[in-house]
Amino acid sequence: MVDLSVNIHQLTMKNPVTTASGTFGYGEEFTDFIDLNRLGGFIVKGTTLKHREGNPYPRMAETPAGMLNAVGLQNKGVDYFIENIYPRIKHYDTHIWVNVSGSTVEEYVAIAEKLNDLEKITAIEVNISCPNVKEGGMAFGTTCPGVKAVVSAVRKVYQKTMIVKLSPNVTNIVEMAKTAEDEGADALSLINTLLGMAIDAKTRRPVLSTITGGLSGPAVKPVALRMVWQVSKAVKVPVIGIGGIMTATDAIEFLLAGATAVQVGTANFIDPQATIKIIEGIEQYLIENKFKSVKDIVGALIV
Amino acid sequence: MAKQVIDAEVLANHKLNNKYFILLIKPKKKLELIQPGQFLQLTVPNAPEVFLRRPLSIHDVDYENNTISLLIQIVGKGTQKLSLLDKGNVVNIIYPLGKGYSNIEKGQKALLVGGGCGIAPLLYLAKVLKKEGIDEDIIIGFKSKEDIIEYELYNSIAPTFVTTEDGSMGEKGYVTTHSLFSSLNMYNKIYTCGPEVMMKAVAKRAKEAGVECEVSLENTMACGIGACLCCVTPTVNGHQCVCTEGPVFNSKELLW
Repeated sequence: MVDLSVNIHQLTMKNPVTTASGTFGYGEEFTDFIDLNRLGGFIVKGTTLKHREGNPYPRMAETPAGMLNAVGLQNKGVDYFIENIYPRIKHYDTHIWVNVSGSTVEEYVAIAEKLNDLEKITAIEVNISCPNVKEGGMAFGTTCPGVKAVVSAVRKVYQKTMIVKLSPNVTNIVEMAKTAEDEGADALSLINTLLGMAIDAKTRRPVLSTITGGLSGPAVKPVALRMVWQVSKAVKVPVIGIGGIMTATDAIEFLLAGATAVQVGTANFIDPQATIKIIEGIEQYLIENKFKSVKDIVGALIV
Repeated sequence: MAKQVIDAEVLANHKLNNKYFILLIKPKKKLELIQPGQFLQLTVPNAPEVFLRRPLSIHDVDYENNTISLLIQIVGKGTQKLSLLDKGNVVNIIYPLGKGYSNIEKGQKALLVGGGCGIAPLLYLAKVLKKEGIDEDIIIGFKSKEDIIEYELYNSIAPTFVTTEDGSMGEKGYVTTHSLFSSLNMYNKIYTCGPEVMMKAVAKRAKEAGVECEVSLENTMACGIGACLCCVTPTVNGHQCVCTEGPVFNSKELLW
């Protein structure tokens, strides 16, 4: 038996596979297909202080190796989550993390305070990187003062594990990562989607209602791997790798690059059983390559 | 009804004309009960440039032979690739997805209105309604006589009326200009699927006549199970996912 467990700050995950926010709903959407208890954890969709209707339709465009989305954080707000969703999902024997987003620093703080007392929410993922909202979101994640403002304020009120999700839409990802670490982030997750666009040549119009949107899927994997590699060398806190992970091999590449855990995102749309296949594939890789623990391959890239 | 992700073998691929084809598939497990109007998501094999699954209306279901048929219009690279599938090819499907058409009571009368490829979910609906003893009429509308598909099949289930925009068959005009629309109040419910502009016109006429109307929406989808929130439509209850709150909506719910 190989040991698949990993540690993110003070939390032990039974395996390194969790799900990317916005691609897994509240987990319940997938229970016909997989046993959620088998996951290392799952991250529920971006949650804001108040109800958000999100962006108008069309919100999605397919690309040859991925997709663009412009959902814009549609959700019913943190109180709805606490009252209606949390009681339904808290029994799962895995980590449940909430992705938190705000238009102002005060909103991030208010959501974090509300989530502090939920026993089964063992961490929050502070999203300073959503490219699909006009206020807040990525605006905070693309400058060091912006990162500092949100992360330090949330740190003051949130007592459990704080993961900060970084934007790839920056010149220097390491600076953003170090700032988040300095301000008290317990872990970093990267990357969020890359800003992109799609055009319909027939109509000569943008495909998305918001003109630009977030690119995800295999198309972003090389960028994500590069950023995970750069950041994991530069910080002491664990890094969670995200970006185009479709198979166990993709996940293993992120672990080798320095990620302690991974999030599976767009793959869930194509194969709702992708996460389980990835967990099984990582285990198989460790057995075949005679590793006793998944920790043995974290950052084990040979250069 | 538990959703399944499962392989299905292609049993036949019938070309109806240069736009439409019927894919007959056999899931490798016993069929789940499917509600008329529900859909499936299907992988497009041998097409690495097609990234996402394709949502397709369920055209017909044969529980005895464990098959599903899909009426597909060639519109893009995904459906183009699907049109090339042969007997023996395997596709992967997720089904049954979405909320379908709701029932009406025995003794009531239904009007089914389809335009173009939008007739797809109405075949299985017509069969189920007939089995339940519901009296029904069907109107199918196309641009021209050459585009008309499966008229005899629909007409074998219930009286089927045709409109063509150029008048080459049936009544000339749109489905909503068909003479049956002048006496809509003889129906208890209208079920429709087709281009949005057509369904809006049908819903408007239904509203004027005080008849319930259910419409089946089409939308660009990623997951098909309500996780990604990409396929929303504005409703009286805010943005709702076409894949889980629909594809069938009561027209009163929509901001049309």
